[in-house]
Amino acid sequence: MKNEELQELIGSWSPNLTFAVEGSQYLNVSVPIDELHDIMFKLKHNDQTNLDYLFCLSGVDWGEELGVVYHLESTNFRHSLVVKTQTAERENPVIDSVYDIWATAEFHEREVFDFFGIKFNGHPNLKRLFLTDDWDGFPLRKDYEDNINMIIK
Amino acid sequence: METTTLTSNFKSEEYFINMGPQHPATHGVLRLLLTIDGEIIKKVEPDLGYIHRSIEKMCERDSYQQIVHLTDRMDYLSANINNEAVCLTVENALQLEIPDRVKVIRTIIGELTRISSHCLWWGVMGMDVGALTTYFYGFRDRELLNDIFEETCGARLTMNYNVPGGLMFDIHPNFVKRVKEFITHFKTKLPEYDRLLTDNIIFQKRAIGVGVLSKEDAISYGASGPVGRASGYSCDVRKHHPYSALDKVTFNEALRTEGDTYARYLVRIQEMWESMSIVEQLIDNIPEGEHRVATNAVIKLPKGEYYQKVETARGELGVYVISTGTKSPYRLKFRSPGFSNLSLLNHIAVGGKIGDLVATMATLDLVIPDIDR
Amino acid sequence: MNSALSITKNIHDWLFSIMPETAASIAEMVLIALVYLGIFAIAGLFLVLLERRVAAWFQLRIGPNRVGFQGLLQTMADAIKLLSKELTGTSKADKFLYNLAPYFVIISSLMALSVFPFTKEFQAFDINIGLFFLIAVSSIGVIGILLGGWSSNNKFAMIGAMRSGVQTISYELSIGLSLLTMVLITGSLQLSEIVEVQKSGWLIVQGHIPAIIAFMIYMIAGTAETNRAPFDMVEAESELGAGFHTEYSGMKFAYFFLAEFINMFIIAAIATTVFFGAWLSPFGITESIPMLGVFWFLLKALILVFLMMWFRWTFPRLRIDQLLTLEWKYLLPLNLANIVIMALLVWLNLTISF
Repeated sequence: MKNEELQELIGSWSPNLTFAVEGSQYLNVSVPIDELHDIMFKLKHNDQTNLDYLFCLSGVDWGEELGVVYHLESTNFRHSLVVKTQTAERENPVIDSVYDIWATAEFHEREVFDFFGIKFNGHPNLKRLFLTDDWDGFPLRKDYEDNINMIIK
Repeated sequence: METTTLTSNFKSEEYFINMGPQHPATHGVLRLLLTIDGEIIKKVEPDLGYIHRSIEKMCERDSYQQIVHLTDRMDYLSANINNEAVCLTVENALQLEIPDRVKVIRTIIGELTRISSHCLWWGVMGMDVGALTTYFYGFRDRELLNDIFEETCGARLTMNYNVPGGLMFDIHPNFVKRVKEFITHFKTKLPEYDRLLTDNIIFQKRAIGVGVLSKEDAISYGASGPVGRASGYSCDVRKHHPYSALDKVTFNEALRTEGDTYARYLVRIQEMWESMSIVEQLIDNIPEGEHRVATNAVIKLPKGEYYQKVETARGELGVYVISTGTKSPYRLKFRSPGFSNLSLLNHIAVGGKIGDLVATMATLDLVIPDIDR
Repeated sequence: MNSALSITKNIHDWLFSIMPETAASIAEMVLIALVYLGIFAIAGLFLVLLERRVAAWFQLRIGPNRVGFQGLLQTMADAIKLLSKELTGTSKADKFLYNLAPYFVIISSLMALSVFPFTKEFQAFDINIGLFFLIAVSSIGVIGILLGGWSSNNKFAMIGAMRSGVQTISYELSIGLSLLTMVLITGSLQLSEIVEVQKSGWLIVQGHIPAIIAFMIYMIAGTAETNRAPFDMVEAESELGAGFHTEYSGMKFAYFFLAEFINMFIIAAIATTVFFGAWLSPFGITESIPMLGVFWFLLKALILVFLMMWFRWTFPRLRIDQLLTLEWKYLLPLNLANIVIMALLVWLNLTISF
């Protein structure tokens, strides 16, 4: 499916989605966090989108907001889509888990939790993956400071 | 009544066991928390981070040329392909026109890296199922490749051969000759691999039907590379999103449908044949030309987001760059193949024996620095 | 009479001339035990060297060749190094059993050596239940492995020990039954008599088809009994680290290690005695020189040892359930049927003898 068709189809599901294509080779769609799980579920299970392969799940610290970027691909139609969601909450950010839609999200979400402190609602085993349980702070956030381990130029 | 007393007297307990961080089968510093009932695996929980260097955070501070060097240290067995991934991202973002010579050499070295990585995997696979001799056979052939790499760029493992804009040096005059010699040599040695391990009845008994991964699960768990292809899931980035000179060659995607340990094993063996055929198609007509196009000393990517996939020996490596137009990426995420492949270990290992777990893990071909980026 | 045997005879006479009979017998036993201990400890070390060279040969390497001529002193140096190493262990280990275990293993292997007929005269202890004694003694070793695995308070060692117990109990059956098949021909358990019978053809020839089947079962079971690849479930270094001897170090580890090699030699020696005519030369070509019996015995045993090394360096390891399936579902029924066939053969006088 072409990007325009995808945009038209997905845009019809909810009025709160914003699309962008500039500065990226994929079609980008920003989803508000309260609609994320529904939209994601449709993206996978809709016959026309069928985005069944979540190949990348990244946490991003946008400065003010914390966000998660999902890169999706359909193994049948070979079209791709980037879904973005973000929250302005920095103290206790919560985003719905998509672990029940793509099993690979279990580990990727744990990684994001580990480095960005984003909690995932409904994740079965949300705990630190790489760092020790008593690690203070979330290293990949832009405001993280560690005078011992980080060399800042 | 009799039976209840019996069962209460002879109750069995599940127990925990730490496999790793120092354990021969985990190939590095992976720690698996196993819940075992006798010999049967009930749960596998990987504990990661023993060699996490936070490469992604370091990238936010480094220039793009420096980032290329960091990628060597992720999946060190496909170091050159990792380099290529970052270089391609930068080149695509800058819309640089890369000479054909560079593309062809990158593809040849990439495929040789894949063969070298699979040789090591094959040796270790044999060792994990208890056949120690395979290790030395694998290393014998790998050593020849390492010699070629050493002559080409001075390094045997972490090659650092690619730079944004091309290659660091031109190939050595002997390169073509030695690669051809290697291909001739390896064509006689690869059947030997089959005779030693593939056709061995004990190995087949150990591998067939063990650690079965269905196609649906493979996609859902984000399996890529030989792990995905063994389950019948066509996921070869070289086919679907060709890069460098891969659109100029013809090769078959190694696909199997069984999804078990043996299928993953056969896919890798077939991949070695395919890689050899790719190298053969390219080695005779490396185009003349520059080995590098000039770039600015300080590379600044235009504002935007870039994603580049490549197929390493382990599967799909993704480089996701968010640039704000400065000399360093705002955020750089590596989607490493091993990380996703590890996440399905619990799914396929439960219910098997300890020996099955080891064999399954060997065919996932985990490289721990790739997971602990 | 050759000189070596006359020396032993002289010592025997001298001992009995200087002390009362009981004391002399005891002194002689101690002397023989010490001599055997010395010979086989060193022979074991050379077997280790042989294994390393054979492994190197299979694996396109050179192997140890620096210490002494062609590395002949390498394992000696290793043994001395192990002697000087600190004995470490887990703090919560059951100290008594933990320390006892290696001795169980090494003593049981050395005990078995006493009954082998290396030549007609060179046999320390010729009892009438020789074969039975061998099977019995060689299964004591598993107690040492179980104790070692259990008492070292390590889960990997524990799994290794449990596997060992399962494996040894299963494969003891096959060893016993396959040897019993051959006893049907000889009619005696005494090793010297078993050899005597073979003067009219080695038993593997005399018993032809069932004997060859019995020999194959015996070699499979014997490899399993010594816990060597492809049956090295007990150690399974890629699964259990080092299995039951994970927590042992220094000389205690060396005892386990040495015992493995002596056991391998024992398995080969039993096969030599029962199937290949012990010290008898092929077609009686050197019958006039009895001392060459040692040469023939060792040659046959070493060929079988080489066979076991060949197994080890080419085959992958079985899984524990496949190991038990192989024994209980295939080898054991085959073995029982084989005994019946052999009994019929002996009853109908269908054995081949020259």
